[in-house]
Amino acid sequence: MRLPLAIVLFWTAVALVTPLLGLAPDDIHLENILASPDAHAWLGYDDLGRDILSRLLTGASVSLTVAVAVTLFTLTFGTLLGLLGGYFGGWPDRLLMHVTDVFLAFPGILLAIAFAAVLGPGLDNLILALCMTSWVGYARLTRAQALSLRNRQHVLAARSLGASTTRILLRHMLPLLAAPLLVELTFSIASLIIAEASLSFLGLGIQAPHASWGAMLRDGVRYLLVAPHYVLAVGLSLMSLVLAVNVLGDHLRDTWDVKTQKAGHD
Amino acid sequence: MMSHLLQRVGGTLLTVFGVLLLTFLLVHLVPGDPVEVMLGESASGADRAALRADLGLDRPLPVQFAVYLGKLARGDFGVSIYGHVPITQLLAERVPATARLAFLSLSLALLVGVPLGIAAALRQRQWPDRVATLSALTLSAMPHFWLGPLLMLVFALWLGWLPVSGMESSASIVLPALTLACGLTAILTRMTRTSLLEVLGEDFVRTARAKGLPEKTVILRHALRAALLPVITIVGLQLGSLLAGAVITETVFGWEGVGRLLVESIEKRDYPVTQACVLVIALTYVLVNLLTDVLYSRIDPRIRFAA
Repeated sequence: MRLPLAIVLFWTAVALVTPLLGLAPDDIHLENILASPDAHAWLGYDDLGRDILSRLLTGASVSLTVAVAVTLFTLTFGTLLGLLGGYFGGWPDRLLMHVTDVFLAFPGILLAIAFAAVLGPGLDNLILALCMTSWVGYARLTRAQALSLRNRQHVLAARSLGASTTRILLRHMLPLLAAPLLVELTFSIASLIIAEASLSFLGLGIQAPHASWGAMLRDGVRYLLVAPHYVLAVGLSLMSLVLAVNVLGDHLRDTWDVKTQKAGHD
Repeated sequence: MMSHLLQRVGGTLLTVFGVLLLTFLLVHLVPGDPVEVMLGESASGADRAALRADLGLDRPLPVQFAVYLGKLARGDFGVSIYGHVPITQLLAERVPATARLAFLSLSLALLVGVPLGIAAALRQRQWPDRVATLSALTLSAMPHFWLGPLLMLVFALWLGWLPVSGMESSASIVLPALTLACGLTAILTRMTRTSLLEVLGEDFVRTARAKGLPEKTVILRHALRAALLPVITIVGLQLGSLLAGAVITETVFGWEGVGRLLVESIEKRDYPVTQACVLVIALTYVLVNLLTDVLYSRIDPRIRFAA
């Protein structure tokens, strides 16, 4: 577990430190177009003569920022909806299930693509589009768990002692949901990193001149013939992060013995 | 069993309605005036009014939705803003390409994934198992827009065996199909392995062995038939991510399918086409899942003979 943890910590540190380094990822040096790595740019230069390493580090920062922002929102929103639905049942719960069914009927990131397309490009809209689609996993998971928790002895005891609904939900049920939610969260971070890159790859996310892994991969594919190191550097970075996060997720799931359904987001 | 089926079909109809509603509402999510966004600032007032009327945007929302549903029921997806081509015609041109791609990658994944999974289960914790587990993990971290260029680099540029992109030669389909098939193969391998391992611990397998049947018959006739049932469900579910993945893969390889059409329409802000593509992909997914479910309940004796 040390290596995946180290990789995740490395990229987190990169994401936190990069904005403070004063790099110039958008600086254009036309004399260096698609030049190979040298002492100043360890990974060479892109199609506008920009330093690939600087852009790669900045891209990591963007990627993790998006993943964390979306996760904070969807975790709160999805868990709340799922808790309420599972605890109270009735027609609001059935409605919630139908709505999630509809969202799940759009495979993979298709719906995020559709939302991002109509909202228009840009960082804010990218985050919004991903928020609109990725709360579903948390809602379904929490709802299923809440359904089985609401009749547990300790919940019934709390209710008969006159505990308020808020107290029962937050103090007696939510702590038992922490483990499965954390496992789901780990996998969801991995799929959000891929989703952000996918949308930026399609030109729907981060816009030029700002750096992002998806947009860099798209440029890299265009110059595959002349500068294969471009695509390789970005692709390997993305893969190392996603792989490490997934391995950590698997490990957490096995340790806590949580049964999860991996929500499809590829 | 009939009631199970009816329930399933009823649920699907409800979902289809929701999908139609959500796709319909897409255009209304456009910030500001969708007509202005689609036509750009240089368009004349008459053009705008014409498009607004054409899309029915000047009418109340429920009426618009009813009109939308009515047109769809007649197979009319509307007209594209660029070139004024009927969208049904655009789809008819593009669907076969995506279908070919999906069929080939699905077959590839089945042909490789299932045998590999069987091998992994029978040689648990030995090298086929380790290779299968490791490759499944790695491939799950390789999105199509990274795997695709990698395959392109190796097979088209370095080895020169296959065309880089486009659709000119019949070999053009190989790389995009491989890109789509890899992840699916990994998932199928994992599923087959897990499922077969579970079944091998069942009583009926022990009975078959106790009867003195040869191991080959036990595995192929008894265990595998039961083990492949959950794999059918996975294939149905994965066809969805195959179609969604086609959006990216077709873009990478310049494959003129529905996915490429979707991305092109987004670039041109041709929202009626975007809407149609999203709808076609989502409905195909819903339909395939329903069919998988029906097929499953026909094959699985536990469901077939229940009540």
